[in-house]
Amino acid sequence: MTTVSATDLPLAALRRSRSLRLGWLVAVLALLVGACILSVSFGTRDVALADILAGVRGQSDTIAQAVVAVRVPRTVLAVLAGAALGLAGAVLQGVTRNPLADPGILGINSGAAMAIVIGMAWFGIQSLSAYLWTAVLGAGIAAVAVYAIASLGRGGATPLKLALAGAATTIAATSFTVAIILPRNDIAGGVRSWQIGGVGGASFDAILPVLPLLIAGLALALLSARSLNLLALGDDAAAGLGAQVVWARAAAALGAVLLCGATTAICGPIGFVGLVVPHLCRLLVGVDHRWLLPFSALTGAILLIAADVLGRLIARPSEMDVGIVTAFLGAPVFIWIVRKRRVRDL
Amino acid sequence: MSLPADAPLIARIAATRRSRGRARLRLITIIAGVLIAGIALTLSLGQSLTPPMDVLRVLMGADVPGVSFTVRDLRLPRAVLSVLAGMSFGLGGVIFQTLLRNPLASPDIIGISSGASAAAVFAIVILGWSGPAVSVLAVLAGLGVALAIYLLAWQDGVAGARLILIGIGLSAMLDSVIAFVLSRAPAWTLQDALRWLTGSVNGATLDQALPVALSLLVFGGLLMRLRSSLEVMRLGDDTAAALGVALARDKALVVLSAVGLIAVATAVAGPIAFVAFLSGPIALRLTGPGRSPLIPAALVGAALVLLGDYAGQHLLAARYPVGIVTGALGAPYLIYLIIRSNRAGGTT
Repeated sequence: MTTVSATDLPLAALRRSRSLRLGWLVAVLALLVGACILSVSFGTRDVALADILAGVRGQSDTIAQAVVAVRVPRTVLAVLAGAALGLAGAVLQGVTRNPLADPGILGINSGAAMAIVIGMAWFGIQSLSAYLWTAVLGAGIAAVAVYAIASLGRGGATPLKLALAGAATTIAATSFTVAIILPRNDIAGGVRSWQIGGVGGASFDAILPVLPLLIAGLALALLSARSLNLLALGDDAAAGLGAQVVWARAAAALGAVLLCGATTAICGPIGFVGLVVPHLCRLLVGVDHRWLLPFSALTGAILLIAADVLGRLIARPSEMDVGIVTAFLGAPVFIWIVRKRRVRDL
Repeated sequence: MSLPADAPLIARIAATRRSRGRARLRLITIIAGVLIAGIALTLSLGQSLTPPMDVLRVLMGADVPGVSFTVRDLRLPRAVLSVLAGMSFGLGGVIFQTLLRNPLASPDIIGISSGASAAAVFAIVILGWSGPAVSVLAVLAGLGVALAIYLLAWQDGVAGARLILIGIGLSAMLDSVIAFVLSRAPAWTLQDALRWLTGSVNGATLDQALPVALSLLVFGGLLMRLRSSLEVMRLGDDTAAALGVALARDKALVVLSAVGLIAVATAVAGPIAFVAFLSGPIALRLTGPGRSPLIPAALVGAALVLLGDYAGQHLLAARYPVGIVTGALGAPYLIYLIIRSNRAGGTT
C-alpha cells in the first residue's frame, strides 16, 4: 500500500506537526508584544521608548507620558476585544460548520446594539453593568433567531441562508434602532457610538466589569474545543462518538454569545475580525480546534491592535474608528472565501 | 373559458389568453386606482382635512386661502416625490430580480443601494455638494459597485448564490463607509442624516423631484423600449442567444437604466428600505407570471412609498420616515423568502 490516494493529500496538508505549531505560537506571541508596543508608541503623537517605560510605571510628568497613560488601557481593551471576537468567530464557524460565520455578518452585533438602544430609551438603563447584560441578552436573542431562520426547512443552515438571515436581521434591527432613536434627540448622540465599533476612550474602570463575562465566555469556548472537533465530523458521527450534540453546540454557542455581547457592550459593533482570523489560523495550525481556538484569540488581538494603529495613522491628526478599518480589511477576505467555495456548497 | 371542451385547441388557447390579458389589464387598473386613491388621500387628509373640491381647485391653479400652502407646497411635492421615487425603486428592483432570476438579488440586498448611498453621503457631508451633482456621483458609484459585484462573482459564469454573498460582503464594507462619513458630520445634522439613511420624503420640494422625474423619463423610457429583449433575457442567456437577441448591448443598457433609476432616487430620497425588494414579488403575485412585470412593479413601488409614508406620518404614535415602515414590512418577507427557498430545494 505505498500509493498515496487522493483523499490522503488534503488530510496531510491539514495536519501540522507539533514543532511547527509551537514555532507559530512563538511567532504569534512575539507579534502580539510587538503590536502592543506599536499601539502605545504610535498615534497622533509619537512617543519614545523611555517615555513609554516611564508612563507604564505611572509617571505622567510630560505630555508623552500622559499620552502613554491613555494608550495603555486602549491597548488592553483592543487585546481583550480582539481576542474575544477572534475566538467567538472560530467557535461560531465550528458550531454552524460554516466558513462565513461572523458576529457581524450573522447580525449578532446589531442585535446587541439594538438591545442597548431599547434599554436606554425605554428602561432608562445607565450603568455599565446594565449595558453589559442587555447587550449579551440582545446578542443571544439575535444569534438564536438567525440560526433558527436559516436552519428552517430542508437543506439546513447553508452559508448563503445564514448570511441572508443575518442580513435580514441586521436590516430589521437597524431600522428598529433608528425608529427608536429618531423621536429622541437626547439619546441620539449617545447612541451614535453604538453604530461604529471603536476602542478609543477606554479606561480601566470601564474594562473591569466586563472581565468576568469575558473570562466566562473564554472558558466556555476553550472547553468546547474537543466537542467542536467532534461536531466537525457531522452531527451523526459526533453522536456516535459519544458527544451530546445539542448540549455541546449550545455550550459553545453560549460562550461565543457571551464574548460577542460583552465586546459589543464596551466597543460597539466590530465586524469581520471573527470572520478573518479563524481562516488565517487554519492556514497556520490546521483544523484542530484545540490549537485553532487559542490561536484565533491571539491572532484576533493582533489584528484588532494593528487595525486600531492603522486607523490612528491614516486619519492623522484625527482617528478612524477600528470598526471601519476591520470592515475594509475583512470584506475582501469574505469575498475571497466566497469565491474559493464551489457554488454547490454555498 | 366558457367554450365547450370539444372546441378547437387553438380557439381555446386564444380564449384563455384573451381572458388572461383582460384579467391582467383589470389588475393593473385596480393597482393604478389604489395608487390614485392614495394620492387623493394624502393630498386631502393630513393633520387637517381639506375638502376634495378645494384640493382640486388648488391643483387647477386657483388660490384658495388657507388651503393653497398646505396642499401646493407641503402635500403635493411630497406625494409627487413619493410616487416618482417609488416607481424608480420598483422598476430598478424588478429588473435586477428578473435579470438574475432571483427575488433575493434586489439592489438593496446586493449592495448597489449601499454604493449609491455611500457616494451621496460622501458628496453631501464631506464635499458639501447638493442637487444634480450628488445624483450623478450616486449613479456613477452605483454603476461601479454593480460592475465590481459582477466581476468578483465571475468564475466561469455568474452563479446567483455567489453574487448575492459577494454583494452582502461589499455592502457591509460600504455601510461602514457611510457610518464613518456620518461620524464626521456635525451633531446637529445627525438626526437629518439618520432620517435620510432610512429613506424619507420629509420636506420634499418639486425641485428635488425634478431629477427623479427626468431619470424616470430617460431610463424608464429606455426600459420600455427594451421590454421585448428583457422578456427574452428572462429565459436565460443561452435561450436568448439562440433566439437571436443581441444580448450584450441590451443587457448593458438594461443594467445601466436600472442602476440609474435606483441611484437617482436614492440620492434624493435616501435608500428607502426594501421598496426595490418588495415591489417585484408583490406585482408578480398580483398579476401572475408570464407577462412583463415592469409596469405593475412600478405602480406597486409607488403605492408602497406613498402609503408607507402616509402610515409613518399619521397612523403611528410618533412621526417616522417612510423607510422605517417599508423596512418593517420587508424584513419579515425576506425571512419568509429565506425559509421558503429552502423548502423549494434551494432555488438560489
